[in-house]
Amino acid sequence: MPDSLLRVLTCGSVDDGKSSLIGRLLFECGTVPDDVMRTLVRDSRRFGTVKGRVDYALLVDGLAAEREQGITIDVAYRYFQTDRRRFILADTPGHEQYTRNMASGASNADIAILLVDARKGVLQQTRRHATVAAMFGISHFILAVNKMDLVGFDRAVYEEITEDFITFSENFGTVRTTSIPICARDGDNITARSAHMPWYMGPALLEALERAEPRDHGRSGPFRMHVQGVIRAGADFRGYTGTISSGSVRCGARITNVISRVSAQVERIVTMDGDLETGHAGDAVTLVLRPEIDISRGDVLSDSPLPQIGDRLAAQVMWFDDAPLIQGRDYLFMFRGRVVGGSVSDITHRLDIDTRGEIPARELRINEVGHVTISLAQPVVFEPYRLAPDLGSAIIIDRMTRNTVGAALIERADQASNLHAQHLDIDKHARAALKGQRPAVLWFTGLSGAGKSTVANLVEGRLHMLGRHTMMLDGDNVRQGLNRDLGFNEADRVENIRRIAEVAKLFVDAGLIVLVSFISPYRAERMLARERVQEGEFIEIHVDTPIEECRRRDPKGLYAKAYAGQIRNFTGVDAPYEEPEDPEIHLQTIGRAAEALAEQIIRELRVRGIID
Amino acid sequence: MLSDIQASADWVGAVQRRPGLAPHLRALEAESIHIMRDAAGQVRRPVLLYSIGKDSSVLLHLAQKAFYPAPIPFPLLHIDTTWKFREMIVFRNELVRRIGAELRVHTNPEGLRQNINPVEHDSATYNKIMKTDALKQALNQGQYDAAIGGARRDEERSRAKERVFSVRAPGQVWDPKRQRPELWNLYNGQLAPGETLRVFPLSNWTELDVWTYIQAERIPIVSLYFAAMRRTIERDGTLIVLDDERLKLRPGEQVQERMVRFRSLGCYPLCAAIPSEARTIDDIVSETRAARISERSGRLIDYDEDASMERKKQEGYF
Repeated sequence: MPDSLLRVLTCGSVDDGKSSLIGRLLFECGTVPDDVMRTLVRDSRRFGTVKGRVDYALLVDGLAAEREQGITIDVAYRYFQTDRRRFILADTPGHEQYTRNMASGASNADIAILLVDARKGVLQQTRRHATVAAMFGISHFILAVNKMDLVGFDRAVYEEITEDFITFSENFGTVRTTSIPICARDGDNITARSAHMPWYMGPALLEALERAEPRDHGRSGPFRMHVQGVIRAGADFRGYTGTISSGSVRCGARITNVISRVSAQVERIVTMDGDLETGHAGDAVTLVLRPEIDISRGDVLSDSPLPQIGDRLAAQVMWFDDAPLIQGRDYLFMFRGRVVGGSVSDITHRLDIDTRGEIPARELRINEVGHVTISLAQPVVFEPYRLAPDLGSAIIIDRMTRNTVGAALIERADQASNLHAQHLDIDKHARAALKGQRPAVLWFTGLSGAGKSTVANLVEGRLHMLGRHTMMLDGDNVRQGLNRDLGFNEADRVENIRRIAEVAKLFVDAGLIVLVSFISPYRAERMLARERVQEGEFIEIHVDTPIEECRRRDPKGLYAKAYAGQIRNFTGVDAPYEEPEDPEIHLQTIGRAAEALAEQIIRELRVRGIID
Repeated sequence: MLSDIQASADWVGAVQRRPGLAPHLRALEAESIHIMRDAAGQVRRPVLLYSIGKDSSVLLHLAQKAFYPAPIPFPLLHIDTTWKFREMIVFRNELVRRIGAELRVHTNPEGLRQNINPVEHDSATYNKIMKTDALKQALNQGQYDAAIGGARRDEERSRAKERVFSVRAPGQVWDPKRQRPELWNLYNGQLAPGETLRVFPLSNWTELDVWTYIQAERIPIVSLYFAAMRRTIERDGTLIVLDDERLKLRPGEQVQERMVRFRSLGCYPLCAAIPSEARTIDDIVSETRAARISERSGRLIDYDEDASMERKKQEGYF
């Protein structure tokens, strides 16, 4: 009976003989039954490339389309076992366009076999494959130097290629390389040491695979588990399902729901085969906690030290889609159990996989890799990919097609995110981020008839066109509803403005850009409104039109009534207007079109970073 | 009939410890449970395709484990062609009763009306109407957005490239060139309008894994998998077990009692038995280890033409 499972990635160029190698492995491990062998012999005559002999490559070239094209177009999984080990082999395409398929295979593999043609040596393609595999965390390579028969089983050729690759692999930090000279077609050094190469003292390929240490995948870290779901059974049972990512957990241990920072004790570790005393990395379990705390799918349960939380993450991204990754475009980011909206707010640079150089870029095309900053609509629990792959990886999904368009490997929190990394609840930043904006209050103050509402309406129209979410509060309209019970005496005026300020604040909390058009003649009143929101969120706009001009315009006929004494306490007539001393925006309206004034405000909002 | 089943299937009672489960089976089991839980967490209306075969038995067992102590949170769907062995149907009903699962059975009513059957019609027509079309109908009627099935990648060459979460375009069709990359254990269950999902928790299992797991976990299976003397005829080089009078003998065909069993179960005239002495699960495991004939070779439907499984999948076959 095998005592472990090893996931193996195989990569190589189209002509390196990869399919032959895999077919040979399957054949040698007794995985090929008689009837398949008969089909193989028949197919070898029809499609085979090895004249007059069995073409083992045909065992693994599955889809009709690719058999016709003679290339492997998609990642395929093969299974075989020896007495010591059960193997899952991800056979990935050598073709350059299909780097993404290689990434799929590499993400789960323990070890990678890199196939090299002895006549050609280490190619750009080989370096590219090794770079992608290393990027996804593979640290053990088997360099299979194939077609040794075609170089006369020459030791010097093998050693030069080995040396070449080992020098290159030093770029990846600590990696192990086992280099094996083989002839896949004839089975040299595949299951047993070949008589053709007595100078080679290392293991045969299968032996190397049996001995290889499985990748740690971060499993030796502290206890961490992504919650997959909540199970209820009967009135009393409530359990949280998940597969333990790393570490182990014992009954009685204290664990924390990282995102809410609430802790509880593990009361039971439930499986259908009976409760466990301890659950280990890789186990699919159900935890019962005491006391019951609020936990939902996608939450991370952890022992200390707790992983990090953040909504701006520096990451490496590999792009898979024909349509390029565009900076600022909205995508879905799928973490384990949680899908979060967000965008790549900044592409720091693109990585040239061949030269390992950094190139400035505004977009990433298919199969390209870049260093980016990801901005998420809500904070997520994470760790750097190299420490904890389960906590450091996400896939990127197109909002329209719902296809997987990219993979993200998290490196660290982006520096800028430290400022509000502690805001764990859904707050105004989270709500605003979902809308891709910063919330703010645009407070238009000025005399009656100064043009506040006209300009505010134009500004709101412009913001709407820019895809911003807004809300308009007009002094007159609010008085007809919310403040219908208020008159114009001193106390009612204060209450009127207090209510407007509070409503504006609620809308800011909702993540909106709020436009308030309101005479608000007293500095103290405006100060009250300003203090309701955070610094930088209150934009006071003085719509500065001289009283003579307002009186001339008199759109509602109010000045006429005020001067006739029919209205009392009219601002600018028999009540004061306290001009703003230092407004964020000062609009002098005389001689300027309302559109130009609106444009000035939009410009100012850009300068202030309210919109981009 | 029922007593046969009880004799052959060792029903798993409540809790059983299994110190002996091999590490690679433990890893495969955990992976399948993870996949099943993820499917349940991501999609709105999943359904488990239950075919009564050994893979379905393992799948069902894993579904019980994934949600224990709660019941399986989705219904089981059986596409009944009306040509299943009678033993299979009895087994199905008994099993579902015992585990308290919700079972839905669907037969293509149009196919029934036209009396489409595997005796008079060619296997391609029969399979399209009674299996592929029936499955599409049942999925549409139940408005299921994900069907969880027991297919394995090692069964057939075209399955080797199948994803764990496999998206079907509107109309339930499979486009091998438009498959999503699948990284880590992050399965993309997001669907565009009209798309549905097939989920294959047993993707990484082999036939031998299935049998050794059934052995270790003592999972009940239909007794047709165990060797017994059965009434058979030899036709086109294969052994066909007679289950009822609907299969008419051709001139010269002789009914003969033979010691046979099935490696793979489907509709009875399309599914060939193999000569075998394997009467117990231990025998089956030993026989599978030594097997020199591939598993689906007993399935006559795959012989239609080269790469026929791939073509059937593109049409919507499971």
